[in-house]
Amino acid sequence: MSMDVKEYIASGILELYVAGALSPEENLEVQHYAIQYPEIQKEIEAIENAVLELTEAASPKMPENSFAKIKAELDDVIPFTPEASKSSGTPWGSYLGWAASVLLALGLFWMYTENNKLKNEIELTNQEKQSLEDILSDTQAEITSKELLLQEIRDKDVSVIALGGQAVSPSSYAKAYWNKEEQKVIIDAQGLPEPPEGFTYQVWSLKLDPLTPTSIGLLDDFASQDNKLFTLENANESEAFGITLEPEGGSETPTLEQLYTLGAVGA
Amino acid sequence: MNLDNLIQQFQKKDSAAFEALYHMYAENICGVINVIVKDAERSQELCQDVFVKVWEKSDQYDASKGRFFTWILNIARNAAIDEVRSKTHKNQKKNLPVDSLVGIFENSEDLNSKMDTIGLQSLLKGLKEKCILLIDMLYFKGYTQKEAAKELNTPIGTIKTRIRSCISSIRKNMA
Repeated sequence: MSMDVKEYIASGILELYVAGALSPEENLEVQHYAIQYPEIQKEIEAIENAVLELTEAASPKMPENSFAKIKAELDDVIPFTPEASKSSGTPWGSYLGWAASVLLALGLFWMYTENNKLKNEIELTNQEKQSLEDILSDTQAEITSKELLLQEIRDKDVSVIALGGQAVSPSSYAKAYWNKEEQKVIIDAQGLPEPPEGFTYQVWSLKLDPLTPTSIGLLDDFASQDNKLFTLENANESEAFGITLEPEGGSETPTLEQLYTLGAVGA
Repeated sequence: MNLDNLIQQFQKKDSAAFEALYHMYAENICGVINVIVKDAERSQELCQDVFVKVWEKSDQYDASKGRFFTWILNIARNAAIDEVRSKTHKNQKKNLPVDSLVGIFENSEDLNSKMDTIGLQSLLKGLKEKCILLIDMLYFKGYTQKEAAKELNTPIGTIKTRIRSCISSIRKNMA
């Protein structure tokens, strides 16, 4: 939803914008971003400034008082400077009529430009509203999924098993929320360190007599999983759960020297 | 008064605002015309014509379509290109020599002595010829990105990154 301002600036589109070399759609896009991101507006001004320096250096320098000529020329077309009253031959009513229609025209023109401005503002506001609505719906989806999770964990059929740290990593811990009915285990792995590159955690269901481990799954994409909650299938009559560190892809049997956490059901 | 207010006043036909804008941009506009027309006196006359047009067309400027400077730059380029065309009877912008800025940069002596060639050369110092050529095309001749890409037989993406680096060099030279 947000854009990379630095990348946008580096693309060279703003240089083309100042040159007037973009399509109308691209112009609108740049305009929109310039309003949204002050950094872009500043960059546009800096680029324009460089072009101003360059074009000014190419000027043969306008003669002193060059504006006076333009003024004179424009006075011929439409009264450019307020005219002193020349004669009193015309009745005042006629002046007033003209003045009124000029005022009316100016007023209409002003309303027209104001109207256009408002339309542009509405357009921008609508776009902003849309992006806020997107954020809102994302947030709502997130809340819903958290509520579902909480519901699952609180279910009366769920037993909670604390898995304590073992010799290789005494400070590690984890929790297993096991729903026997639904044959599902949610592993809360917040207390485990991030696995080193090329390794992954593997969760085992254990029968104790004789000791029989059965793999129930891997905690893959550990780093990118923000809440460190992993849902796994477990149809076993588990008596304990253990988590070991294994090479990526998991192992057939647990590497017991790399047993991070262990906990017995009902202990 | 800031630039936006000044432009708004100008669009409401406020002659004082117009005069202020004239003083802000007259030399730039004259410079652009001069690079195309290559005649100091004629450029000064054309520059004044351009500002008369700018005043007459003031209601046509639309901020959503670009910068105010870009708008008057475009009017100036068209006027200057028309002038050159009417002299040479050439019909296309593409037939204009696109190396005028390169020429000015390389032969400071023989051209327009009134130009600030020292300033120009210090701004363009260290720029490759293809940079100066692209600046000439985009800012002085009014090529669109598509036209420039076609003329130089280069992808649009390259045109963009190249002009970015060219203008950045000028900005470094300004510092």
